[in-house]
Amino acid sequence: MANIITCRSVCKTFGTKRGAVPALQDVNLEVAEGEFLTVVGASGCGKSTLLRALAGLEPVTAGQIDALGARVRGPGAQRAMVFQNYSLYPWLTVMENIKFPRQLAVHNRDCTSSDVEVASGRADALLNLMGLSAVETAFPAQLSGGMQQRVAIARALMTRPRVLLMDEPFGALDAQTREVMHDLILHVCALEQCTVVFVTHDVEEAVYLGQRVVLMAPRPGRIESIYEVPLGPVRQQDMKHTAQFLALKAQILGRIRATSGLRTDLELLQKLSRRG
Amino acid sequence: MSTPWKIRGWISPASYWTLAAAGLIVPLCAWTLLSASGAVDRVFLPAPTDVAHQLAAWFSDRDLLTDVRISCFRVIAGWALSALVAMPIGLGIGTFRGVQALLEPLTDFIRYMPAVAFIPLVMLWVGIDESAKVAIIFIGTFFQMVLMVAEDVRRVPMAQIEAAQTMGASRCEVIEKVIVPSAKPALLDTLRITMGWAWTYLVVAELVAANSGLGYAIIKAQRFLQTDRIFAGIFLIGVIGLAIDQGFRGLHRVAFPWLHARD
Repeated sequence: MANIITCRSVCKTFGTKRGAVPALQDVNLEVAEGEFLTVVGASGCGKSTLLRALAGLEPVTAGQIDALGARVRGPGAQRAMVFQNYSLYPWLTVMENIKFPRQLAVHNRDCTSSDVEVASGRADALLNLMGLSAVETAFPAQLSGGMQQRVAIARALMTRPRVLLMDEPFGALDAQTREVMHDLILHVCALEQCTVVFVTHDVEEAVYLGQRVVLMAPRPGRIESIYEVPLGPVRQQDMKHTAQFLALKAQILGRIRATSGLRTDLELLQKLSRRG
Repeated sequence: MSTPWKIRGWISPASYWTLAAAGLIVPLCAWTLLSASGAVDRVFLPAPTDVAHQLAAWFSDRDLLTDVRISCFRVIAGWALSALVAMPIGLGIGTFRGVQALLEPLTDFIRYMPAVAFIPLVMLWVGIDESAKVAIIFIGTFFQMVLMVAEDVRRVPMAQIEAAQTMGASRCEVIEKVIVPSAKPALLDTLRITMGWAWTYLVVAELVAANSGLGYAIIKAQRFLQTDRIFAGIFLIGVIGLAIDQGFRGLHRVAFPWLHARD
């Protein structure tokens, strides 16, 4: 399959008062069309920065990102993004939020009445697919966190983007809701034939969802290693107890511990306990 | 079960309204008793009945309604003019760093200057007619309003803006379809609060060659040591302010149902 996203020697430095801080250093990454790629790493490893760079929300300092055959120079409708929270429009109902992208000029060029009909059908289909039919006319504030994220995903999918970028979208949800959302997002993205880049700090989530898992390490933010997940395209919750799953999870967790620079904290703890 | 002393606890609506009424009635009774006891000279503290008589007399023989109308006009004109200019400027400051750098320090500088001190300049620049009074109220409200509008706009969550950008929204669309609607409830609150400030500048504004208005009436009563009239004027301004404030709160509930909708 062809690559839909290519990162070549991508570097990103944030300027602060104490000088330049490298957030991403020499990141090379290829994402195949239709792939579900997860990115995992300790905080400060630059995984969110990388995703924001792919979205075009964060300009890179050096290197080049290509998506869908063109260089990324800013946000674009073909690369939809789902945020952790607070991205829904509280003044719009669930249905109005999902239809929001249809108000934008970029999705209304040469718009015919049959296009409008198709769009309306699409919104209804997404509403059903995401299990939101019962709350169609509710405002986001009336929904639980899990339901709000369903709306955010439906809205991102409204205009059939080729790539879906997800920045810890389930980070604020409880464990049970999260499991439901995992199976839902796998189902929906397979149905939509969408390429997904999914950032998380939860290794189990990364292994369960991803066909490949990219492990990033901090100081400076870089890709540490990439793992193929040997579980096949269809995932089920009981796979989480298989030896393969647990082994890969343990391996990735081990690498995170080894590379996250948390050893200094351990030393500090030992020093403190000795003093006590 | 009421929990009045629990932090942010709950009380029944009945207790709420009883307490609210007591909060108004107790000071009124204390005032009545104090003035009736004769412990304080009436020149310093007129009785509530004196103030009521003054109000009645003002209404029947001295054009109370004209005074109210002209004062309302001055306050609302100054405030509306200031809102008209402050909204786009505040939107610019809150949206673009360049505009912020250009205008915010200047606004911060001017807003510390006392509006009263501008009276001679205003008389020189715009004369002594109606526009002078409106100008004073404008100066008193405008600079604060710009900064509050800018802050309202800055508080729009970045995720809302970036979500629109990744859906393909242009810069104009982000401003028109996300920033403005998202900031609207806060902007209405800003308008409500600055309306209160505009009223506080009324007396100052009517220092300039006025011959009508509530502020002018207070100033005139002060010259003749008519304490009861001063009380009546202040009381009227308070009542009008309270009514306008409640109007804004009602408008907020009607205009932004999503903020008040709860299952």
